[in-house]
Amino acid sequence: MDLSAINPAVLAASLMVAATPILLAAIGELVVEKSGVLNLGVEGMMITGAICGFAIAVETGSPVLGFLAAMLGGAALSLVFGFLTQVLMSNQVATGLALTLFGLGFSALIGQGYVGIKPPAMAKPDLGPLADIPVLGRILFSHDLIVYLSLGLVVAVWVFLRFTRPGLILRAVGENHDAAHALGYHVVRIRLAAIAFGGACAGLGGAYLSLIRVPQWTEGMTAGAGWIALAIVVFASWRAGRVLLGAYLFGGVAVLQLNLQAAGVAVPVELLSASPYLVTILVLVIMSADRGRAALNAPASLGRVFHASN
Amino acid sequence: MTALLKVEGLTRAYPGVVANDRVSFDIAEGEIHALLGENGAGKSTLVKMIYGLVQPDAGGMTLRGRAYAPAEPSAARKAGVAMVFQHFSLFDALSVAENIALGMETPPPMRQLAARIRAVSETYGLPLNPARLVGDLSAGERQRVEIIRCLLQDPKLLIMDEPTSVLTPQEVSILFATLRKLAAEGTAILYISHKLEEIRTLCDRATILRRGRVVESCIPREKSAADLAEMMVGARLDTPARAGGSPGEVVLEVTGLSLPSATPFGTSLRDISFSVRAGEILGVGGVAGNGQDELLAALSGETPVTPGAVRLKGRPIGALGPSPRRRIAVLAAPEERLGHAAAPDMSLTENALLTAAIREGLAARGFLNWPATRAFAERVIADFDVRTPGPGNAARSLSGGNLQKFVIGREVLQRPEVLVVNQPTWGVDAAAAAAIRQALLDLAQAGAAVIVISQDLDELMEISDRFAALNEGRLSPPRPAQGLTLEEIGLMLGGAHDMEVAHVAD
Repeated sequence: MDLSAINPAVLAASLMVAATPILLAAIGELVVEKSGVLNLGVEGMMITGAICGFAIAVETGSPVLGFLAAMLGGAALSLVFGFLTQVLMSNQVATGLALTLFGLGFSALIGQGYVGIKPPAMAKPDLGPLADIPVLGRILFSHDLIVYLSLGLVVAVWVFLRFTRPGLILRAVGENHDAAHALGYHVVRIRLAAIAFGGACAGLGGAYLSLIRVPQWTEGMTAGAGWIALAIVVFASWRAGRVLLGAYLFGGVAVLQLNLQAAGVAVPVELLSASPYLVTILVLVIMSADRGRAALNAPASLGRVFHASN
Repeated sequence: MTALLKVEGLTRAYPGVVANDRVSFDIAEGEIHALLGENGAGKSTLVKMIYGLVQPDAGGMTLRGRAYAPAEPSAARKAGVAMVFQHFSLFDALSVAENIALGMETPPPMRQLAARIRAVSETYGLPLNPARLVGDLSAGERQRVEIIRCLLQDPKLLIMDEPTSVLTPQEVSILFATLRKLAAEGTAILYISHKLEEIRTLCDRATILRRGRVVESCIPREKSAADLAEMMVGARLDTPARAGGSPGEVVLEVTGLSLPSATPFGTSLRDISFSVRAGEILGVGGVAGNGQDELLAALSGETPVTPGAVRLKGRPIGALGPSPRRRIAVLAAPEERLGHAAAPDMSLTENALLTAAIREGLAARGFLNWPATRAFAERVIADFDVRTPGPGNAARSLSGGNLQKFVIGREVLQRPEVLVVNQPTWGVDAAAAAAIRQALLDLAQAGAAVIVISQDLDELMEISDRFAALNEGRLSPPRPAQGLTLEEIGLMLGGAHDMEVAHVAD
C-alpha cells in the first residue's frame, strides 16, 4: 500500500472532472423539480446525450457540435416526457422510468457502430499565467470549457431562481399550480420549458462522460449517474449551492476510492466502489435532516398532475 | 350612476350542465353588488368569465361602454378588473411580497414593492409584513395579502368570491369597512356570497342566480333574510328541529392534549381539555388553520397521543389507532371529502367497507363480505337520501352534498358512542346541509356524544349545546351555546387578531 502516490492537487482536479456530468444533470433536474415536475428519466436522457454527442462529434470531427447535439438529443427526449406528462397527463413516475429504459435501449442501438472508436479531443482553453500558479493553477485553471460552463450554470440557476421574475414564476408554478393558473400563468408551457432545459443539461452531462471523462462509447456507460443526480437534488433540498456540494462530494469520493484501489488499500473493492454513493447520500441526508426546513424548500406541487379545471 | 360593467346574455356550458344560461346584469361605479346563489348556481363560472379565466360560449360584456372580452386574467387585470379568490391563490413557501408581485402585471423592484405594500396596508388598516412567509400567516392575514395584491393595481372593479368564510366576525366588520371605503372612492365591488345577513348589511344591489340563471334582482336592504333565501333556493327551508334533553354522563374526556405540528405550516395543539356527555353536541368553532385538522386527527386516532390525554368513559384510549377506536365506537368523519373521508376512485360500496368493516362485521378471517357491504352502502344511500344511481358508482362521481351525506351517514349508521366531524356541511347546498345537521341532532338525541368542528358559526349555534373556540391550537373553555352573542363568539375566536378599522377619515 502506497498512499504517497496520491497527489492532492491532481485528485482535486480530477474530482471536478468526475463530478461535472452529475452536476450538469442535477442542476437541470433541480430546475425541472422546482417547476413541480418529477422527471425520473435523467439516466435515460444522459445516456441519450452521451451517444448523440459521441456520434456527432465522431462524424463531424467537432466536439463542440457534439455537445450541441447532445443537448438537443437530451432536450428532445425530455420533451417526449413533457408531452406525455403535461399534455396527455400521464403519470410522471411511470413515464420517467419508461424514459430511462427507452434511453438505455435507444442509445445502445445507435451506439452499435461506435464501440471502440476514439472521439476527437476537445481543445482546452489556455488560461496562460493562471494555469501556472502552483497547486491552484492545476486544480482550478487546467480544465476544459464544460467544467467552467457547469459552474457558471450553477450560479446562473441560483440567480435565476432567486432574483428574477421568470424564476419567481417558475417557483410559483411548482409551489401551487392551481393558484398560478388562477393568476393567469401558463403552467404547462412553463413546465415544458423547464423540462427541456433539464433534458439539455442531462444530455450535456452525458456527452461530457463519453467525450471527455472516459472518453469512448460503451453501452450503459452512465452507470447510475442519472440516479445519483436525482438523489442529489432531493437531498440538497432543492438548493443550487448544495447540489454543487453534493456533486463534488460524489466526484471526490469516486476519484479517491479509485486512487485507494490503485494504492492497494486493504478494503474490499466492492465496498470502495459503493463508497461514493454511500458517502454522498449519507452526508446529504444528515444535512437535510431538519425535516421542517427541507419541506419548506420542496416544491409543493412536485409530481402532481395539473389539470386546468374550469 | 353609470354602468361600469354590463354583462349581457353570457352563456357557458360544460358537458352535461349549463353553468350559465343567458346571464345579464350590470354594475355601476362605486356600487357594491351582490351575486347570490347556492353552490352550483353558477356564480364562480360567471366571475371566472369576467376575470378571463373562462371564455363564454355566447353573450358579451362591456366595460365603460367598450366591448370587453378578456382572453386571459392578465388582460382583465390590465382593464382594471381584480379578483380575490375563494380558495386562496397564494403560495405558502413564498413571501408576502413575492406573492403580491406574482399577481401584478409589472411589479416594481422588490424593495419598492415592499414599501408600497406597507403604505397601502396602512391606508386601509390591513397591516402586513412583506417579508413574512405566507404559509405562516393566519387565514385573515392571507386574505389581506390577496386584497392588497388587488388594491396595488388600482382596480376599477374588485371581485370578491366568498371572502368572509374564513374570517372571525370582527375581521368581517373590518373587511366591510375597507370595502365601503373603496366603494366611496369609486371602485365597484362584485361581492359573491351565500351569507344573507352580510349581503343585507353590505350590498347596494343583489343579483340572484339559481341553476345558472338570473332569477331575481333586488335591493337586499328591503328584503328579509328569509325572502332572500327563498329566492336563492326556490323553496322554503326547514330549520333543523332540536328536542331539548338533559345530557347524560361524561363519555369522552380530553385532558391536557398537546401535539406538536407534523408539517412546517401546520398548527400545534396546546393543552386542550374538554369533556363531552352522552346526548350532547359540542361545537368547536374557529377560523381555518387553527388546529381543526390536528384536533380531528388526535380524536380519530390518526395521530396517536399519550394514552391518558383522551379517555372514553375513564378508560385511556389516546394511544389507540383509528381501527381500535372504531371497535369501541369512537368514529370520525374528516373534512376533506375526496381523499380523506372517501377514496375518490373507489365505489361507494368499497368506501363503505373502508370504515365500516369492523363495526358492521363486513370482513371475516381476512375475507370481505361483499353482499353485506353492498347492503350497508345501500342502507346509507336510502337513509340519507344520497342521490346516486347505485352503490357501484365511484365516490368522485357524486356531487359534494351527496358525497357528504354519504360520508356522514356511513358513520352515523355504525351506531357511534362518540362521533367527531370536521366541517360537516362545507360546500354543501342548503337542503343537504339541513339534512346533515338534522342527522347529527338525531344522533345526539339517541345518546351519542357528538363533536362538530366547523367554521360556520351559524351552523354551530343552530345545533350545538355547548360551544368552544379553537384559536392557534388552544381551545377555549366550552360555554353553553344558548345566549352567546356573535360578538362574544368573535372574541373567543381571538377577535380581529391585529387588524384595525380602515382609516375612513383620511
